Amino acid sequence: MRTKKPKLAVWKFASCDGCQLSLLDCEDELLEVVGAVEIAYFLEASKATIAGPYDISLVEGSITTPHDAERIHKIRKVSKYLITIGACATAGGIQALRNFKDVKEFISVVYANPSYIETLNKSTPIADHVFVDFELRGCPINKYQLIEVISAFLNNRKPNIPTYSVCMECKRKGNVCVMVSSGIPCLGPVVQAGCGAICPSYNRGCYGCFGPKETPNVFALTEHFIGLGLKSTDIVRILRNFNSYAEPFRKGSEAYER
Amino acid sequence: MKDKLIKVDYLARVEGEGALYIKVKSGYVVDVKLKIFEPPRFFEAFLRGRNFMEVPDITARICGICPIAYQMSSVHAIENAFDVKVDGILRELRRLIYCGEWIESHALHIFMLHLPDFLGYDDVIQMAKDYPEIVQKALRLKKIGNEIVRIIGGREVHPVNVRVGGFYRAPSKKEIKQIEDDLKWARDFSIEAVKFLAGLEFPEFEQDYEFVALRHPNEYPFNEGRIVSNKGIDIAVSEYDNHFVEEHVPHSNALHSRIVNRGAYFVGPLARFNLNFDKLSDIAKKVSLEVGFKPFCRNPFKSILARAVETVYACDEALRIISIYEEPSKPYVDFTIKPGVGYGCTEAPRGILYHRYKIDEKGLILDAKIVPPTSQNLKMIESDLWKFSATYLNLPEDELTWKCEQAIRNYDPCISCATHFLKVHIERE
Repeated sequence: MRTKKPKLAVWKFASCDGCQLSLLDCEDELLEVVGAVEIAYFLEASKATIAGPYDISLVEGSITTPHDAERIHKIRKVSKYLITIGACATAGGIQALRNFKDVKEFISVVYANPSYIETLNKSTPIADHVFVDFELRGCPINKYQLIEVISAFLNNRKPNIPTYSVCMECKRKGNVCVMVSSGIPCLGPVVQAGCGAICPSYNRGCYGCFGPKETPNVFALTEHFIGLGLKSTDIVRILRNFNSYAEPFRKGSEAYER
Repeated sequence: MKDKLIKVDYLARVEGEGALYIKVKSGYVVDVKLKIFEPPRFFEAFLRGRNFMEVPDITARICGICPIAYQMSSVHAIENAFDVKVDGILRELRRLIYCGEWIESHALHIFMLHLPDFLGYDDVIQMAKDYPEIVQKALRLKKIGNEIVRIIGGREVHPVNVRVGGFYRAPSKKEIKQIEDDLKWARDFSIEAVKFLAGLEFPEFEQDYEFVALRHPNEYPFNEGRIVSNKGIDIAVSEYDNHFVEEHVPHSNALHSRIVNRGAYFVGPLARFNLNFDKLSDIAKKVSLEVGFKPFCRNPFKSILARAVETVYACDEALRIISIYEEPSKPYVDFTIKPGVGYGCTEAPRGILYHRYKIDEKGLILDAKIVPPTSQNLKMIESDLWKFSATYLNLPEDELTWKCEQAIRNYDPCISCATHFLKVHIERE
């Protein structure tokens, strides 16, 4: 059955499935979302697939194999708008930790027979391979931001996604600053808002799920961490999580590795 | 009988990416492959050198569907290495957040991933047109599970609040109480669901399975217990490596777990149900017996029923914990870091999830081993496919394909989880 509704496709690369699950986690909105678009390709949810082109392609996961490096070009060709969802697709994800090491050594640690493993030396974001219309951050993404982005593209407007820091959300929530009051290292000042400042609300420092904010001053913060008593090796680890390959975090961590 | 080739390039309604390939020659199944082409992500490798406090944040990222399971197996393994015991209300709180994950994950799998097969739909969206009420209620059930995880963990996917020793912040009594009424509704609906699902038509298929699950003297297992089976295994978690091995089998490119000197085994809701029926709550037991579903059930298609009974149990158990919940004076217990090896095994929604860490004197991880439930089930799934497809070769091809996909979905496989250890070899035709 063909309808005139815009066609939505969801694609997966190296990832944990958490970001596409966020779409299924829109329990209250799910039936409305599927009323507004035609889910044309979403294997986690349906075995039915409809051929492209697609109006919106949501892409989860990072590129880690030669096969996937090819596949993303095919997806770009059949997509009017290509939107990446989550830290893997926008920054290479947790699996980009290999980018700082020798992947061959990684393979030999995990796998008994390394010759069977077909993998690239680096885990890279989708935008390193094809043009991306919009990058939605988060590990995982915020489902309300996802609905905002889909709705914005369906209505030809700019998505209203903040690029300021987690600190702004934290202040608005009325949290007491965990770094100022308790000396807990917190990445909040350099990390993009979107999660709702969850970690400080749970008495811990932000660990950077949403990646670097616009124009972050990473060194000012990491030098402050040194003042709190952290060692260089601690700072390298703090910056190397789910967005370790995002440039400001990558450069920051490399500076402390020397 | 003519030769057949059953090929499903991308398995749908499973977490992660895999493919199915069955070859039939002169009326005999000659090849079955469950191919996994989800790329490897190397978690065990990059956990080395990380501080133990970072481990539950990192292992959560193995799976967006069951992050609590990864966090729970991690913290229990690390606490085992440090000889620290988390007891009392903090222990109950860990059970409560696990209840949330079971409810969410089971509701997702029962209604959105598996039930469409039984009712003959491609997906839940199509199913919603004919069964709007059940889909809306299922979404509400799923949301209530998520709500528990969100309140205790901070968010549904990759929660932030779980740490070695307990939690970063204990929720207030008021926060916990607010889900009580919803949970009572969820329990009622789950009971209704068991009755509805019991009326489905199940393919007649049984194997002499070895079911493996945790078993605890006083409770239906979540975080603790001995590893037991219906064929004689009864071991402490620390003995896991002596009894279970992963191996490379010729017809598959994926590592398969097996019991030493024996073979394939079955983990997950049906295994837990069969081995721990006596530990279910009275309400869960009652509805289960009412619909005639009792141990020992050897039909894997009835896993959907086990999931529903466990959902009743998880709602019931969550209500019990909520009724006794008092905010603890401190959200975690203190401990001393010491070098050593720690073992942890908890019951993820899909079955036992084993973690082992070697830790140095500074609390840095020297070595990590993680065996997800899906990897433990892979050999069993393939064995089911060999036997099941052989029995149903007379079915039209598309119907047989669909039935085989359903047989895979009985196990709710999570391929994303499985691949960080799998040998991956992409075969291009």
